[in-house]
Amino acid sequence: MSTSNSSSPTSLRNAVIRLAGNSQDGIQSIGGFLARLAGRTQKDVMTYMTIPSTISGGPSIFQVHLGSGEVLDPGDEADVLVAFYQHSYDAHFSSIRDGGVCLYDSGEVTELKTERGIKNIGIPFTQATIEAIGGSARDRGKNMFVMGTICAVYQLDKEKLVGIVSRQFGKKDESVLRNAMLAFDAGYAYPVGDLGTFEFEEGIHKDEHRLSTDGNTLMSMGLIAAGVRYGSAYPITPWSSIMETLRSELPKYGGIYVQAEDELAAVSMTIGAAFAGHLAVTGSSGPGLSLKMEALSYASMAEIPLIVINVQRGGPSTGLPTSVEQSDLLQAIYGSHGDAPRIVLSPKDVEDCFYIAIEAGRLAREYSCPVIILSDQAISSRIEAFTEPNLDEWWIEPELDIAPRPEDFKPYPLDQITRHAPPGTKMLGGKYPTVTGLEHDEWGHPSGNAKMHQQMTDKRRNKLIALSKKLPLPEVYGDAEGDVLLVGWGCTYGPIKESINRLQSEGHKVGAIHLRNLHPLPAGLDTIFAKFKKVLVVEINDVGVYGYGQLAMILRASLADPKIESLCKTDGLTFRIREIVTAVEKTLAS
Amino acid sequence: MSTATATEPASDPAQEKLTKKILTADHPTWCPGCGDFAVLAAFYKVLEKLQYPHEKIVCVAGIGCSSRFPYFVNSHGIHFIHGRALPLATGVSLSRPDVHVFVFGGDGDGFSIGGNHLNHAARKNIRLTYVIMDNYVYGLTKKQTSPTSPEGFKSKTDPTGSIDRPINPMKQLLASGATFIARTHAAQVKHMMEVFERAILHDGFSVVECLSECVMFYNGSFDDSTPRKGGVYDIIDESQHDVGDDIAAFKLADVPTPGKFGVFYEVDRPSKNELEQRWIDSTQAKLAGKSQKDILRDRLAMMR
Ligand SMILES: Cc1ncc(C[n+]2csc(CCOP(=O)(O)OP(=O)(O)O)c2C)c(N)n1
Ligand code: SF4
Ligand SMILES: [Mg+2]
Repeated sequence: MSTSNSSSPTSLRNAVIRLAGNSQDGIQSIGGFLARLAGRTQKDVMTYMTIPSTISGGPSIFQVHLGSGEVLDPGDEADVLVAFYQHSYDAHFSSIRDGGVCLYDSGEVTELKTERGIKNIGIPFTQATIEAIGGSARDRGKNMFVMGTICAVYQLDKEKLVGIVSRQFGKKDESVLRNAMLAFDAGYAYPVGDLGTFEFEEGIHKDEHRLSTDGNTLMSMGLIAAGVRYGSAYPITPWSSIMETLRSELPKYGGIYVQAEDELAAVSMTIGAAFAGHLAVTGSSGPGLSLKMEALSYASMAEIPLIVINVQRGGPSTGLPTSVEQSDLLQAIYGSHGDAPRIVLSPKDVEDCFYIAIEAGRLAREYSCPVIILSDQAISSRIEAFTEPNLDEWWIEPELDIAPRPEDFKPYPLDQITRHAPPGTKMLGGKYPTVTGLEHDEWGHPSGNAKMHQQMTDKRRNKLIALSKKLPLPEVYGDAEGDVLLVGWGCTYGPIKESINRLQSEGHKVGAIHLRNLHPLPAGLDTIFAKFKKVLVVEINDVGVYGYGQLAMILRASLADPKIESLCKTDGLTFRIREIVTAVEKTLAS
Repeated sequence: MSTATATEPASDPAQEKLTKKILTADHPTWCPGCGDFAVLAAFYKVLEKLQYPHEKIVCVAGIGCSSRFPYFVNSHGIHFIHGRALPLATGVSLSRPDVHVFVFGGDGDGFSIGGNHLNHAARKNIRLTYVIMDNYVYGLTKKQTSPTSPEGFKSKTDPTGSIDRPINPMKQLLASGATFIARTHAAQVKHMMEVFERAILHDGFSVVECLSECVMFYNGSFDDSTPRKGGVYDIIDESQHDVGDDIAAFKLADVPTPGKFGVFYEVDRPSKNELEQRWIDSTQAKLAGKSQKDILRDRLAMMR
């Protein structure tokens, strides 16, 4: 974005707007309105917010990256900072790009910085809002004032924006909407000095139905589409909103989501529903996943299909409950006692939450084992716009299979994947099965036989090997061969892709792959790695004692390839483009 | 309630009559003389009487000697992990209103590692029947103190005698909000069968503490309530005790060892199963027959 005095708007493709205030100022809601507007105007969007971990609130930000083209990250730096207070100004001035703009509340911010060609524009948000609404409302509504100003500066579709706001406030008292609109109009009309106006190029998503929401909401929808009707969980941030959504949505589908007394009960109830023949889901965040581990080993042993979601946050322990981290990968794959194979998947962005839930349901059923989905705090809470899923293609009708089983039914056949006969199934041979966590023979009888334990261990492992061979190799983004291959998983998807775009534009031969299947990994990754001089695994976790992040460790162990190196960090934030680009440049120079 | 399209066969008029022979599965691995044999025999008998469809019977257990129970009943069953049988059974009960859920386990499984689950399954009034085979000791792990071991009991973890106050199962269950609470004895087969049958017919969370001697690690533990060993088996006289009166039930629970036997408390309160179903029904009534796919489609469209 460049500033201009001319009356005709400057055209632009991208804008990053950072709103900095306190959590009670309603900046999340206007950020949400702007994000939703992006979806309705064929644009891409990615948001980023910080939430104070105390209920009483505190400083908080909401950043919106709007774009006419693909938006892959929430933005390293802001084109515009909106500062509600002096502390917001002081803390976030450095996030403005050189030559950017700061809109600040001139009634709150008194000490200004003049540096890097940044334009400071003071507007009395609070005072002007009070004047617009009338004294009694105090400063409630200044967020709407600010949104009016942003709408005017960026020539956003006012009609659609007002429509979104009305729908949101329409459920409340009439005066709420009236005051919001008064503040909005005042902000819209307020003269912002010599800033000029801007207009987005036409978006790339013409003629599509676009949705915009956060990852947790969409994951819940994906679970319903996958056929999940039952499950249980215990509240924990940032997982909770999935269980809240399922609790209120599932009754519409005749299902039940149970709030359990703890995570031990939650996973057990979910295994109960799965044993009863349903596709069921439990979920949590790091500490809660640890509590579920004993039961998850059981589910591997007893070959129970179920979905487990872990919305990762900063650990260990209570750690950084409202920050992002990818430090539960090893816990997800190996966290239980015994050799307990299970499948681990991770969504790459908000949109993917829908499809990964369906994939998890399909794999759980097909391989009769637990499937863990590793989401994270960033994906769970940020808003993105994406194409509406076609339910005719993706909808899975739940099915309870209690058709009578033939005389030769075996719950644990050595040469086939287990298909349990749930309660209610007539056993034509007269012998009813007992599902068990003791090592067992093919009929489910407890067996301490050494040979049987080896054979059953083989069986439980081999189904994952079969899956790894069926998985398609990930597509290489960028150059198919070259100097550096970046490898990512989860929320690093967007920043890695954007980094490749920049590095290629600087003339570097670099490529990237993204892994959605983390366990088992697709077979044949070595053929991709062979085409690059260096492989750099980018992840938000610690390099540990041996100098490698969690995925890098698994890749090194499975491929024994000394080219594999790690780019790790644990600062509670998603990767910035600059951080990745700098690291690759360093690798290229070494 | 079941939303899934059940591929259930038409009801079979020629359903084989349930007999002890049909219900018998693997030969129990319990020590000869273990009280649990009698509990199993009583359960067979009650099932013979009730004649539920064979495929609708589900036995659930955690870990312990007593928790081996599902292997010995030829029915659908699941042998789960230590202490978590109740939440697992909750998942079965809430998602499958068509089956009968029976949970078996020991005092350690139910009152120690699974203690919190007992409180919550009880207060939520989950529709199932739970039999706690209480032997006042950890049998499977070979004689450690249990939460019901009396003070002074010598075990491998209390070599000079237990110093911790045992719980009072009846009081604990009364406080938790269970809607059917009874106590019986594995050596009193007739009484045990009567109590089991009443528990099973109760709509809601029914729980029975059944004293069941561990002859291996706590021989003679229940002699004082076994008449043929000189003890007194003191059955609650329900013409004198109002089973709907929880204060009176607390008083009965205070009677010193060997205490009272029979139904301490029984009350009608809607089960969670029923309350959830009411919520489902009222929610679905508002949707006026919309297909499930369309419900989701409309929900997604709200994100436009
Ligand atoms: C998580 C876990 N902790 C400990 C054990 C070991 N363990 C198995 S059974 C048991 C106690 C059994 O006592 P009780 O429930 O009274 O059953 P009983 O054998 O007396 O019938 C213990 C401690 C286990 N299996 N799992
Ligand atoms: S150890 Fe005790 S409880 Fe276990 S089977 Fe033997 S007698 Fe029964
Ligand atoms: Mg015991």
